[in-house]
Amino acid sequence: MRLYLAVFALLAAVHCEEIFNGDQVLRIHVESEDHIEALKELEEDVHSELDFWTHGFSIERPVDIRVPHTSLYAVKDFLRENNIHFTVMINNVQELLDRERAEMVSNAKMERKTKSFNFAAYHDLETIYSFMDTLVASQPNLISKVKIGSSYENRPMYALKFSTGGEKKPAIWIDAGIHAREWVSHASGVWIADRIATDFKENRAPVPSILSQMDIFLMIVANPDGYVFSHLTGRPFHRLWRKSRSVTSNPNCPGVDLNRNFDAEFGSPGASDDPCAEDYCGPSAQSEIEVKNIADFITSHGNFKSFMTLHAYSQLLMYPYGYSGTNAPHQPELHDVATQASRALNSWHGTVFKVGSIFHTIEQASGASVDWAYQRGIKYSFAFELRDKGEYGFLLPADQIVSTARETWLALKYIMQYVCDHPY
Amino acid sequence: MEMFFLLWLFFSVVELSPALPVSQEPPPAFRRHTDPTPQQSETPATVEMATGDLVPTHFPARRAAQVALHYLNVHHGSPFRVFGLQQVHKAMAEDVGTGGRKYSLDFSVTDFGSSGSVLRCSADVLFPRTERHSPPDVQLRCEELQQISSSPEEQAFYQKHIPPASAISAHDIPDSYGNISQDMKPFWHLARVAASFIMLRESSENTEYNMAQVANVTQQETSEKQLMLRYHVLLHDFVSQEIIHWKLLSSWSPDGGVRVLETEWQPKCPHATKPPTAN
Repeated sequence: MRLYLAVFALLAAVHCEEIFNGDQVLRIHVESEDHIEALKELEEDVHSELDFWTHGFSIERPVDIRVPHTSLYAVKDFLRENNIHFTVMINNVQELLDRERAEMVSNAKMERKTKSFNFAAYHDLETIYSFMDTLVASQPNLISKVKIGSSYENRPMYALKFSTGGEKKPAIWIDAGIHAREWVSHASGVWIADRIATDFKENRAPVPSILSQMDIFLMIVANPDGYVFSHLTGRPFHRLWRKSRSVTSNPNCPGVDLNRNFDAEFGSPGASDDPCAEDYCGPSAQSEIEVKNIADFITSHGNFKSFMTLHAYSQLLMYPYGYSGTNAPHQPELHDVATQASRALNSWHGTVFKVGSIFHTIEQASGASVDWAYQRGIKYSFAFELRDKGEYGFLLPADQIVSTARETWLALKYIMQYVCDHPY
Repeated sequence: MEMFFLLWLFFSVVELSPALPVSQEPPPAFRRHTDPTPQQSETPATVEMATGDLVPTHFPARRAAQVALHYLNVHHGSPFRVFGLQQVHKAMAEDVGTGGRKYSLDFSVTDFGSSGSVLRCSADVLFPRTERHSPPDVQLRCEELQQISSSPEEQAFYQKHIPPASAISAHDIPDSYGNISQDMKPFWHLARVAASFIMLRESSENTEYNMAQVANVTQQETSEKQLMLRYHVLLHDFVSQEIIHWKLLSSWSPDGGVRVLETEWQPKCPHATKPPTAN
């Protein structure tokens, strides 16, 4: 049917007029030899200008006919007289053509928009949010935008949901930007969102098979207030902001380190209780609305199998625990997975990521999101520190964004495939 | 909180070599709540980290290697030569008699100044255990160090900027988007070298310093045949995640190398919000 419509659309476009206005497509249900005889009669009547979309009549399948507007009453009367049942498949062919054409134009525009989006640049929150809308509109059958709550300054917190349907399929969580100044993590998140969409559309393995079994939730900006703040000016006070923007007990020192605020050994060694500190854990676990939103969402979903968080910088791929040096129960497997993932990452550009637990690789850190997820039973929990190793640090040149995102994507794909292959 | 006050008590003007006078007290290198040492941990893994062979990818080895890096940059850095850690190959640590800990390291460094070459180095880094913070002691050897030559570039750079009329002034290097003009790169590298004096001096086993950004740089007029540069640099301590501001005055010439003449710690001042109010 679509082929016919496409041809009609072409014809309509060529003729620049509404040739099919009022035309209908009728579906005939053939039930007897008499019906077949009647239809043959109709077919031979050239004056009616009937356009049979199905050729060869049989009881086994319906017959579709496009009936010009001028012949509609006559044909319908004829069918009724012969007790031939029919349904109106398309009520107004021109209308449908117009809608289809508009959709094609709109899709093309959307595609151009997502294709013309500059992934090799850092964008502000508004632009990223607008990109998310464009991405959703380009593939609404796959992608939706889920609002999981609002930030302290009342900005919406969105996760992109990539799903081929089903109820509460096992899911993968990826977040970026929980620390405002780590701009390459948000930028990589944007690229990766687009890449998941494209790989699915172009049927590029392993994305379609992963999405057939699991949903992916990707939160590009986990700390919108902090991110906006980091864009306010070029001064380091803004650009190098890390925390949230909540008011604390010290009026001179707003903000909580969101990655110390999760309910996982909260407040134990590995964070600061000084509001002026960069790793201030906050007054209590989940005191920060951003953390509460994420935790509540994941908890109420109840079926996440993997939790991954993107940070910068240092080039590390880590797993729990942060709060202690004790090995997590699944440490050997997690270390293996992380090692393989880092090899996949390395294959893109030769970038070397070191692998280990958060505690051993960076430092003791309490209230960390990865610990929280792991303790909630989300076995495959990983934290990434993306490029670089300190030469540019937080101020990574934009011309490294795409390369960073690509290599990170290779690691993410490996882990997602592994999670798919190892259900639990 | 008590630990915080104790550390404030330990504050004092740091004793320095003649090349490095200081005009204001530096911040405490350690004011977070962390486990004092891993020795009390139950698992063999963390006890092993304290002494003996260290896992090269874990932080104790890396932090010690960063200190050796700072030392390398202090002594061999230039506008066209500045080193970063590529990886640690082997590391071990042992307690020493005076109460400090000595790390022995085998590691590789990359020159991201201009040549991009990789050097193999070995170092002994001694973190003293004293009541007041004192700088670590570093013994360092790198293969083929002298063979890295950037002299023509250094000379050209020096000649270009030594005339008084050409005095430069710039800020935010790199800018928010990671941009640095080619002209500014040597000044950026020099800043890292000069900042390494401070980072070396301030380092302990509980810090991991890097230079995050040059807030501004102003070339000073001088009668000496040196490039005289006043910098405001931002250091990033990976352990506390703090951004620490330092002002410094440094000089450089192709023959004299980098010297740091003055350093001044800038207190963390939330000037963009409200002025400090009485609580």
